[in-house]
Amino acid sequence: MLYREAGQFKSTYAEDQQIFPIRQDRIAMVVVLLFAFVVVPLIGDQYWLSAIITPFLILALATLGLNILTGYAGQLSLGTAAFMAVGAFMAYNAELRIPGMPIVGSFIIGGLCAAAVGFVFGLPSLRIKGFYLAVATLACQFFVLWAINRVGWFSNHSSSGVITAQKIEILGYAVVTPAAKYLLTLAIVAVMALAAKNLMRSETGRAFMAVRDMDVAASVIGIPMMQTKLLAFAISSFYCGVAGALYAFCYLGTVEPEAFTLDLSFRILFMVIIGGVGSILGSFLGAAFITLFPIFLDRGSEWLSRALDVEIQSATVSNVELMIFGGLIIFFLIVEPNGLARLWQIAKEKLRLWPFPH
Amino acid sequence: MDFSFFVEVLAGGLLAGVMYSLVALGFVLIYKASGVFNFAQGAMVFFAALTFVSLVERGMNAWLALAVTLAAMVVLGMTIERVVLRPLVNQPPITLFMATIGLTFVLEGLSQLAWGSQPHNLELGVPDVPMEWLSQQWNINISQFDLFAALVAGVLVGVLAVFFQKTRIGRALRAVADDHQAALAVGIPLQHIWTIVWGVAGFVALVAGLMWGARNGVQYSLTFVALKALPVLLIGGFESIPGAILGGLIIGATEKLAEVYLGPMVGGGIESWFAYVVALLFLLVRPEGMFGEKHIDRV
Amino acid sequence: MILSVENVSLSFGGVKALQDVSFDVEAHEVRAIIGPNGAGKSSMLNVINGVYRPQHGKILFKEKAFKEMDSRQAARMGIARTFQNIALFKGMTVLDNIMTGRNLKMRCGFLQQALWIGPAKREELEHRRAAEEIIDFLEIQHIRRTPVGRLPYGLQKRVELGRALAAEPELLLLDEPMAGMNLEEKQDMCRFILHVNDHYGTTLVLIEHDMGVVMDISHRVVVLDYGRKIADGVPAEIRSNQKVIDAYLGVAH
Repeated sequence: MLYREAGQFKSTYAEDQQIFPIRQDRIAMVVVLLFAFVVVPLIGDQYWLSAIITPFLILALATLGLNILTGYAGQLSLGTAAFMAVGAFMAYNAELRIPGMPIVGSFIIGGLCAAAVGFVFGLPSLRIKGFYLAVATLACQFFVLWAINRVGWFSNHSSSGVITAQKIEILGYAVVTPAAKYLLTLAIVAVMALAAKNLMRSETGRAFMAVRDMDVAASVIGIPMMQTKLLAFAISSFYCGVAGALYAFCYLGTVEPEAFTLDLSFRILFMVIIGGVGSILGSFLGAAFITLFPIFLDRGSEWLSRALDVEIQSATVSNVELMIFGGLIIFFLIVEPNGLARLWQIAKEKLRLWPFPH
Repeated sequence: MDFSFFVEVLAGGLLAGVMYSLVALGFVLIYKASGVFNFAQGAMVFFAALTFVSLVERGMNAWLALAVTLAAMVVLGMTIERVVLRPLVNQPPITLFMATIGLTFVLEGLSQLAWGSQPHNLELGVPDVPMEWLSQQWNINISQFDLFAALVAGVLVGVLAVFFQKTRIGRALRAVADDHQAALAVGIPLQHIWTIVWGVAGFVALVAGLMWGARNGVQYSLTFVALKALPVLLIGGFESIPGAILGGLIIGATEKLAEVYLGPMVGGGIESWFAYVVALLFLLVRPEGMFGEKHIDRV
Repeated sequence: MILSVENVSLSFGGVKALQDVSFDVEAHEVRAIIGPNGAGKSSMLNVINGVYRPQHGKILFKEKAFKEMDSRQAARMGIARTFQNIALFKGMTVLDNIMTGRNLKMRCGFLQQALWIGPAKREELEHRRAAEEIIDFLEIQHIRRTPVGRLPYGLQKRVELGRALAAEPELLLLDEPMAGMNLEEKQDMCRFILHVNDHYGTTLVLIEHDMGVVMDISHRVVVLDYGRKIADGVPAEIRSNQKVIDAYLGVAH
């Protein structure tokens, strides 16, 4: 009823190629953005903003980065956390060592350094494919963490390798409250998500997907293999780097290299899988799911223990959580390998017909 | 340079490499026979070791515990085949890989849920002391335990190699690894084959679990042993049993030597990544590993 | 003469796919390569296109000689092709696949694309227009947003032709464009091919098994058997050439 396309004609290619061709979608997007920018900071409570929503946004950005590399360009990478670490530590150093550097500039520098690292560790992709490449990206993950730990310069020679992100100041206005940090994160993530969407629907995105689907054919029609793969690594790492910088400045505050372990890389990979490979929306859905899931489990187990009047140990909870988590991944892969994004699409298609059956 | 020290380090490295190979063997088996890169191998090693040790600690006779654990691994293999692999037949390899990552989590959670998460000690009866006549004759210290592990690995490899090359089941396994649909089309019972394969891989995981558990204790970090096996696979190729052994030896040796001779120069701790970088460099020269099969892209 | 293949030999290990093959292709003509299975026809196209490198011989394209061609270079020089086993990008829609064919004509860098303003947007829309012309021409408007993996074989082949045409090639290599098609589909395909040759002047080299089609639409024919050239001439000559008849009927030699 509500979600009808009838009457919406596209008379130019520009209209046809919009991100949201259906008017209802455009309205919905505006509503969501208004809600996110205006309503949430006003009504959101401190805990939710600082411990759940902000990290969700940050991880969604990292998921977006990994999706660009693995989902669109088909290069499996297990080194995401390492790129985030580079972003975090280099943004810190930029703030520290370059006087008068605006915070966004530091973030960008963090991203660019991560992009450089991604470029270097992406070079093997020209020779190596598939799982071999994935294992090779582990080299990146372990090496980068070791380097950040050992080379004192990164952590300003702090004895424990821990850094404390500086206070953020934008145009004289201090960004310290959870709401302020949330808004900054939201703004950056929204802009970068838009850029990613634009990129993936233009020639770059098509080149990535061509390389993913059949790289020999892509080469035959003129797509440059080397440039395309390296660009994918660089852009993806840039996104992860900025996400890492945000992770440090707007979420953790105090950062140690151990915050960026292989575990985090896997978490982000799961966000990509569950959210939907090769989908911008999917990155957000997957990040939301994996961020909220442990919370539901915790609340659920609390409720259960109260209802049954039984003490459930936290170790048990975390083990069960692990099992359910793994089970869900397998479940998703069996039932809908294209993830939540595809489920969303199916829902929308059904919505177009509603309330009619066909 | 002290020669006997060098030999000691080299030998230690080679023997450590053999331990890596033990884990890599599990990967190769499953990959060779079902085309699946089983990331859960480390979790299987952990599960096997933990089950065995917990049974023994509860008073079960060691041999009985071994048999029970083996049975558990076989049951585990059957369950995995039923619940995870069967619904995912013919999906692209990457999907199966991701499923095994999910499986890893399930196994890790299950192991600790069932047996608790404290570390355990595991005694196999072979002490971790230097071989006497070696250390007395040539002043070289090589652990008895390491040699024992090498022997076990050697026997295991021999048995597996014969199994794959000479038996009818081995041939069927190789067919399945190549092409599921074609294998089905010639009447190979896919489900039985996979159950057998995962069962055998479970057995290999058990052996690896016992060796590693005896050396490092049975605790959660045992799952990460699988990560160490990955560079071995990169070098040896995912499909080759001799490759797993050779790859293990190369990785073990270079890693130990680098740790001892290069490490102090750059602040130590390079074991975390050195093996990977070696494998990476190796791959740049031979993208399919030493014995991996070359892929020709036909268009 | 737009293309000349001289003394090309290609082998894979012990298998000799091509032995000392030479022929030429005039500009604007439709040249057919025929021969029994395994004669080396696809390998010949792969050599022209740069996918395989021959051990001996050379290729002259537009007066320039190449010992070996890189496939990207070939694409840049104006050679496009379709494949026997469809080489479309299964994860993308028909429209996107055809748009990838225009990649060599796109100039904007990724930063401009990310911002989607001015030059990038204009370029994208301009190439969309060109792709739509091809979609109109090939009568596939109704499936333009369908992921290619879901299309039936005949339509996929048409989309692949569209992608090749999108590059506005001077030389188009078609590897069995009508395989697996029924009579109507073949007639449609012939119509498209002839239109491309007439209208745009594109030179065509095509591998085809359907003799009726070959005799009807080609100007000249090359016949390969076991990697060697056994005949070369106009269709009428080829039809009555004893060696060709023997090769197809499988007379021992």
